[in-house]
Amino acid sequence: MKSPHSGLLFLGLILLALPLLLPNAFYFDIANRMAINAIVVLGLNLVIGFAGQISLGHAGFFGIGAYASAILPTHFSWPPVAAILAGAIGAALLAYAIAPPIFRLRGHYLAMATLGLGVVISIVLKNEAVYTGGPDGMAVPPLSLFGLEPVGEKQWYWLFAAVLLFSVWACQNLIDSPFGRALRALHGSEIASQMAGVDVARYKLAIFVLSAFFASIMGSLTAQYVGFITPNVADFFHSIELVTMVVVGGMASVYGSLVGAVLLTALPQALVTFEGWETVAFGAILMLSMIFMPRGLVPTFAAKLGRRR
Amino acid sequence: MALLEVSGLSKAFGGVLAIQNVSFSVEPGIVYSVIGPNGAGKTTLFNLITGVYPPDVGLVRIAGESVTGLAPHQLARKGVARTFQNLQICANMTAIENVMLGGHLFLDRNLIKSMLHFPSLRRGEFALRESAIELMRYVGLAAYLESEASAMPYGALKRLEIARALAARPRILFLDEPAAGFNPVETAEIDDLIRKIADSGVTIVLVEHDMKLVMNISDRILVLNYGEKLAEGAAREVRRNPDVIAAYLGKAA
Amino acid sequence: MLSQLLQFIFSGITVGATYALAALGFTLIYNASNVINFAQGEFIMLGGMLTVFFLKSGLPLSAALVLAVAIPACVGVLVEKFAIEPAKGADTVSLIIITIGASLVLRGLMQIWQGKSPAVFPAFSGDLPISIAGAALAPQSLWVLGGSVVIVLALWLFFSRTLAGKAILATSADSLAAQLVGVNTQWVLMESFALSAAIGAIGGILLTPITMTSYDVGIMLGLKGFVAAVVGGLGTGLGAVAGGLLVGLIEALTAGYISSAYKDAAPFILIFIILFFMPRGLFGGKSTERV
Repeated sequence: MKSPHSGLLFLGLILLALPLLLPNAFYFDIANRMAINAIVVLGLNLVIGFAGQISLGHAGFFGIGAYASAILPTHFSWPPVAAILAGAIGAALLAYAIAPPIFRLRGHYLAMATLGLGVVISIVLKNEAVYTGGPDGMAVPPLSLFGLEPVGEKQWYWLFAAVLLFSVWACQNLIDSPFGRALRALHGSEIASQMAGVDVARYKLAIFVLSAFFASIMGSLTAQYVGFITPNVADFFHSIELVTMVVVGGMASVYGSLVGAVLLTALPQALVTFEGWETVAFGAILMLSMIFMPRGLVPTFAAKLGRRR
Repeated sequence: MALLEVSGLSKAFGGVLAIQNVSFSVEPGIVYSVIGPNGAGKTTLFNLITGVYPPDVGLVRIAGESVTGLAPHQLARKGVARTFQNLQICANMTAIENVMLGGHLFLDRNLIKSMLHFPSLRRGEFALRESAIELMRYVGLAAYLESEASAMPYGALKRLEIARALAARPRILFLDEPAAGFNPVETAEIDDLIRKIADSGVTIVLVEHDMKLVMNISDRILVLNYGEKLAEGAAREVRRNPDVIAAYLGKAA
Repeated sequence: MLSQLLQFIFSGITVGATYALAALGFTLIYNASNVINFAQGEFIMLGGMLTVFFLKSGLPLSAALVLAVAIPACVGVLVEKFAIEPAKGADTVSLIIITIGASLVLRGLMQIWQGKSPAVFPAFSGDLPISIAGAALAPQSLWVLGGSVVIVLALWLFFSRTLAGKAILATSADSLAAQLVGVNTQWVLMESFALSAAIGAIGGILLTPITMTSYDVGIMLGLKGFVAAVVGGLGTGLGAVAGGLLVGLIEALTAGYISSAYKDAAPFILIFIILFFMPRGLFGGKSTERV
């Protein structure tokens, strides 16, 4: 059997070594954003890559978490950690409620339903200005974890790096487990996995809820990190960015998720002065990637090198 | 007591009456074949019994317990396993993972425990992998232990499906055209495998077109024609039944 | 009371007619290729934006209109050639993502070329509202509705009376069979995209004097057009038109009676409700699931 530990070790070493190479706070910020996207994309990849479903509204869950960590402490004096949990549970509940009817749909109908979900969340966030500050957004109270408050990009880096490492580990464990096998099987053949005893509907539900939960947590942490959020965090373009990272990095590939997140977080930074070009670039990357490398970067290269994954 | 009892099963698709009032029972430990001309409704019958879609009318009982209308994953818990006429292999997994899928219900599938890599889970996985390897040897796929499912030839995949079904340790195994597309040598090999499985105590219900295989291996045969039961009985009797012969060869003018 | 309701109904079917045209575009391409063209909204945007550009450049209205329909049609063919054809046989997820990519490219290019500010050109027959039972109907609305009716009729004639139209229908029913009887399915695909884009562009042009246009109107118009197509049951022209009008009406009534802030959410909530109870939309559609 392959050893997942070597990959994890390698990742851990990179994460430890990186602070020595990054010159200033600006680069730490980029690294942090890469880590955030990577963790969200790991969860999304479980839904899209492994379970073979589509989710075009995932930024909606991210937005729920982001605004939970803003609204609950600001308007209701909740402690930040409780707000994070509440947001995640809220997102999970929403996913739980909406998954059974949605996953009865297939293909374009499923895509439409998930897209609609994200759009509706985004509209609600934009309109309930009394709570959310409307289109202009609102400030987010900082995170304090048992009295500790991460301040500055470098401290947040350690937090995000730890969460990333844990997420990669948990993801790999999940994929190699019976649960994970059932997930991949339902992507391969739903009827065969059903005959093997897999309750396909429940698995789709479970993975959707799980990924919503993690997207929300990352939304909360991001909001607390940046200190300010706008409804854009939940919009269609953000959902597409996330899907692009899955698709480009590699569907059904844990390390593909990381690669996709790193590359496509760096891209807007490179294009920061060319607004329209960022859109064009994302669009072009999506098209070229799906046409020429439909399995994504990591699986394609791994296959070329003769290794699995 | 019969292991499988089907009574009064009917199913219509739109205006087409695919299965009409079919009843039969299968004693434990035998090989029971379902035959009939193309379009007679054999796979539809399988699909009805294994929960792919529910019957309009009728009852299905396993060991006396009603299982009519249960979904496939629920039937799996009752000891039902099947292979498919059109291969349903998970091409995105390795051969051995496909077999391990069959043993799904025997393992701990808790989400949290899976993510946190509980030792009890790892032990279960290891045991399942060992038994999957054994099963692959049992069905004659020792050469493909390290293969990706997508790299395997048709014949091997048919056996893989059987291995996967056996991994579920079923009481009753439904084989839907296991010899489809096989030449006589391959058919004889499958014949041996099915015998081996039957001898180990698994009850087998078989749909097959190859008459030689069916006659060699079956204890009892059900003949379907246009969705209705045409004949049923011991293999020797059925092959001599004039109605059966007429259905296959056409009536004399 | 009644006049207010009538007002909402007027604005609902006006915008609904545009959604209907978008939905027809989706349906056309879906029928010919089983692809949902997420870039459809951008064709609508191109119609309006190009008209503004050509008028500003001094061209007479008729020339501007012709170009503003012909160019999107060509863009449609380009999308087919460069996005869809190379991906022949890819699965649903991949195709959806590819067309989303195409829509981003089109939108981004427009943003670079014309900037982000909204633009408009004058209505075709002036702005003096016509009063009907106390409700005001903008003359441009009549253009929108009239134009849509003409297009729907023209399409109906095209599909039932012309060989080219029947070729498209044949391809959508069974592409291989159509090829076997000599239909050039490559051409059919290009035609569908060109036609879809042209229809969308016309819809965009007609609507612009009422709602203005900008580089990003395509997103919402396209999405709602898609909702309309799905509501109507992806695959039938009648469904597309019915879906479009229904979505437009629901949106206007929501804006009027519930909250104008949530009018954009209404179509999506509608789609949830419809898909939950009628997974194949109002008028059914292709049943593609085979166990």
